[in-house]
Amino acid sequence: MNIALYILFGIGVLFNGLGALALMRFPDVYTRLHGATKCTTFGAIFSIAAIIVYGFASGGAAQQTLAIHAIVALIALLLTNPTGAHAIARAAHRSGVKPWGAVVDKLEEKP
Amino acid sequence: MLAFLATSVVAFVLYLLLTLPSGTLGAWSVEELVTGAILSVVAGLVARNVLFPRDRKGTWADLRLLNPLRLLLFLVYLIGPFLFAMARANLDVAYRVVTRKLRPGIVKLSPGLTTDLGRTLLANSITLTPGTLTVDVDEEDGDLYVHWINVRDPEPAAKQVCGSFPAWARRITQ
Amino acid sequence: MIVSPVLFFAAACALLLFMILSAIRIGFGPTVADRVVGLDTINTMVVTVMVVLGAAYEQVVFVDVAIIYALLSFVGTLYIARYLEGGL
Repeated sequence: MNIALYILFGIGVLFNGLGALALMRFPDVYTRLHGATKCTTFGAIFSIAAIIVYGFASGGAAQQTLAIHAIVALIALLLTNPTGAHAIARAAHRSGVKPWGAVVDKLEEKP
Repeated sequence: MLAFLATSVVAFVLYLLLTLPSGTLGAWSVEELVTGAILSVVAGLVARNVLFPRDRKGTWADLRLLNPLRLLLFLVYLIGPFLFAMARANLDVAYRVVTRKLRPGIVKLSPGLTTDLGRTLLANSITLTPGTLTVDVDEEDGDLYVHWINVRDPEPAAKQVCGSFPAWARRITQ
Repeated sequence: MIVSPVLFFAAACALLLFMILSAIRIGFGPTVADRVVGLDTINTMVVTVMVVLGAAYEQVVFVDVAIIYALLSFVGTLYIARYLEGGL
């Protein structure tokens, strides 16, 4: 049981770190949003899944309540995170940030 | 009326979930049940036009997701193809963080979805799956403008970019 | 099942480190949008850390705060995005 927790936490923390690293290494807003949104959402899924597994497996009433609340937090995060990224991307494009090294930009050509 | 009822029920279920082990009536105490009922009626009155708005034709298209069959389909989609694509997306980002092999561009997709809910579902799915990020949506005909991190074709079909997702979104919401 | 809270604290510390890394992007980011991306990343990580610390201290309230934080930070991001577009 403990091993499952270690694996889930390991994956979660690893991908959160990958998101922070992507934020440092990518060249412009859009590519950074790719890294930040995907990796932190995926990392949050696994970290919170670890808490849910811990809550239901440890058997205490307080831990089970915690697990149920953690599920609600995870759903809130899953719904809001990509929508927020979409809003930032649109705002960036409308405030005039050009995509770095763009091969094609259909939105710019839009009448 | 229908929108009010749906909003209230959703709010009440959420309230019950958050106050789960509190008493003896079922698993809840009487006080929590009464408070939850009052609060969800208020929430339904205030937010019915926000959570379930009428669309341009004047119908409540978003109420379709309350159909249990569609909800089940949504869960299957979430656990099956969506989670798999998301895992692939993260490995893809890891690969590009290490190699910095980028060929970005903004392309236009025409998935042909008619409901707002379907467009939202598809846009959010696209944002969380390999190498794509929704930037803007054309509200007239539902065209999505997608930032693609590795452009293989400047005028792609929807299937090339996001695989079976438009078909899933159509199945769930239309 | 007994889990040592050290596991939770270790995960929380690692996430804190990544938050500091993202804060560097808030400081440097050449455009305003870059800074907002850094802020959004930190918000997501804060929610995760709150849930993990809720398990470590066995406080359900931490998780309730995390739910509200997730929703309110989303509204905050939307407002900043709308401001950047020039809609406010």
